[in-house]
Amino acid sequence: MNADNDVIISVKDLKKYYNGGEVKALDGVTTDIRKGEVVVVIGPSGSGKSTFLRSLNLLERPTGGTITFEGNDIMAPSTDINKLRQKMGMVFQHFNLFPHLTILRNMTIAPMKLNGLSKEDANAKAMDLLARVGLEDRALAYPSQLSGGQKQRIAIVRALAMDPEVMLFDEPTSALDPEMVGEVLDVMKKLAEAGMTMVCVTHEMGFAREVGTRVIFMDCGRIIEENTPEQIFTNPQNERLQSFLQKVL
Amino acid sequence: MLNKKAILILIFGIVSLLFSWVPGAGLVLAIFTLCLYAVNKTVRSDIKSEIGRTLAIIAILVSICSLFYVIVLMPLPGNNAPAWLLSLRSAITNTAFYSDFENNFIAEGRYIYLLKGLGVTFEVTFLAVLLGIVLGVIVALVRSSYDTLKDELRGGFGKGVLAFFYKLCGIYLTVIRGTPVVVQLMIIYFVIFATSNNKIMVAVLAFGINSGAYVAEIIRGGIMSIDKGQFEAGRSLGFGYVRTMTFIIIPQAFKAVLPALANEFIVLIKETSVSGYVGLQELTKGGDIIRSRTYSAFMPLIAVAVIYLLIVMFFSWLVSLLERRLKNSER
Repeated sequence: MNADNDVIISVKDLKKYYNGGEVKALDGVTTDIRKGEVVVVIGPSGSGKSTFLRSLNLLERPTGGTITFEGNDIMAPSTDINKLRQKMGMVFQHFNLFPHLTILRNMTIAPMKLNGLSKEDANAKAMDLLARVGLEDRALAYPSQLSGGQKQRIAIVRALAMDPEVMLFDEPTSALDPEMVGEVLDVMKKLAEAGMTMVCVTHEMGFAREVGTRVIFMDCGRIIEENTPEQIFTNPQNERLQSFLQKVL
Repeated sequence: MLNKKAILILIFGIVSLLFSWVPGAGLVLAIFTLCLYAVNKTVRSDIKSEIGRTLAIIAILVSICSLFYVIVLMPLPGNNAPAWLLSLRSAITNTAFYSDFENNFIAEGRYIYLLKGLGVTFEVTFLAVLLGIVLGVIVALVRSSYDTLKDELRGGFGKGVLAFFYKLCGIYLTVIRGTPVVVQLMIIYFVIFATSNNKIMVAVLAFGINSGAYVAEIIRGGIMSIDKGQFEAGRSLGFGYVRTMTFIIIPQAFKAVLPALANEFIVLIKETSVSGYVGLQELTKGGDIIRSRTYSAFMPLIAVAVIYLLIVMFFSWLVSLLERRLKNSER
């Protein structure tokens, strides 16, 4: 399908055990994520999809297996994980904006401290990104003054301010009021259309079908089925996926 | 511009308090400060101007006392005071309360014991708090870093060093929190620095080391109270452990523990009162010396208690102002 050099993240036989193997959060996950793909990970609670996502930038340290990012083994002792994380933006379920900093400072602190951007450049870039999500008038507000949907949009552009190669979304709409889900999904959709490589753990099946280029269904720490959204939703093969879709659709 | 005015009010407040013992001068300065505060409505929300105003009010009270003393009680040279003033003076000076007061504080300049003692109390408390915060932050960081990093570090030299300091800090906390501060003070004075006679240094060390243990637990509690997501957000942006702590966790933790830290400072002001055990003449010892000279316990001890109370009330008020400002920045 695609050439190997398009692969950004390559995951091989990823395992994450707790209590010495008693609990298997990830039990041998293997997949490749290619440039420009929007990979949507779905599955029941406890299926390991969040653990999988959080392993990609080592917020969870896997028990076994390998992850390579742009050809570098991210678990090798010689790898500077902080450098790699700068290229992997992450958006959390609970936004995790920094409450003691203004919106603008939330977005400029990492580019200024890590990329050495001047204050003017960082501010200009942040205002640019804020305009893209329609929140430029909130630049000097504090996170507690924003609604959930606004916070999540800020969290997305905060990650984008570092110019990441990949964006990881960990259930970005699960903590939102229903009427705010749309505004966040719109931003994500625009991002996907702009060609960003994305990995999303989500329960939004509409988003998976409409925006995803590939859907991964996980259960019990394994990838059960992996296919285009069309195939997954109209022609599911595995019976666990069939019963899952019956419940959520 | 707005800021400059607030700073001006603060400076005038401090100056008027400093000169409040000069009859008249302090009063004029303090009233001027209050006028400044009243005229500039825009600076009301600024904490600096509010501190300046409160200092001015205190200065006015002190000034009134000093004016009262000079006009009514001080025997002026010559005998040209009006008759009503003389009768008021004798009415006051003839009471038992006044003679007791006079005997305890004014005769032989005994108030100097309290004044100098107060200075020593402040000196020891401030230095000990600084030492305590430095020690406390270091110990808290060692302990919380070890808790966070012990899974991330893959053995080797760094982890061994960290583990060693983690244990060392654990021993420090156990020993210091497990023994009375008076005993620690006496051990430092009579055992460790037996050859030195610098009592202030000994007191600063003893109270600083003691306070450090409590501050460490306060700060560690603050660090642990910050949502784990904040740490993950910092790390996922590419900040390393140290930078995540510096830019994201510690500022929030500091804010969370500020009331507790301030309380520790207030506790320490009172705790230094046991320094008399090693012969340091701070406020309590000053009052005690007066008591031993005059054989009257009521006046000097009540005076000492009132002074502590006023200081603690003032600092508690300062802390509440600071807390309010920190809250504002979050809204």
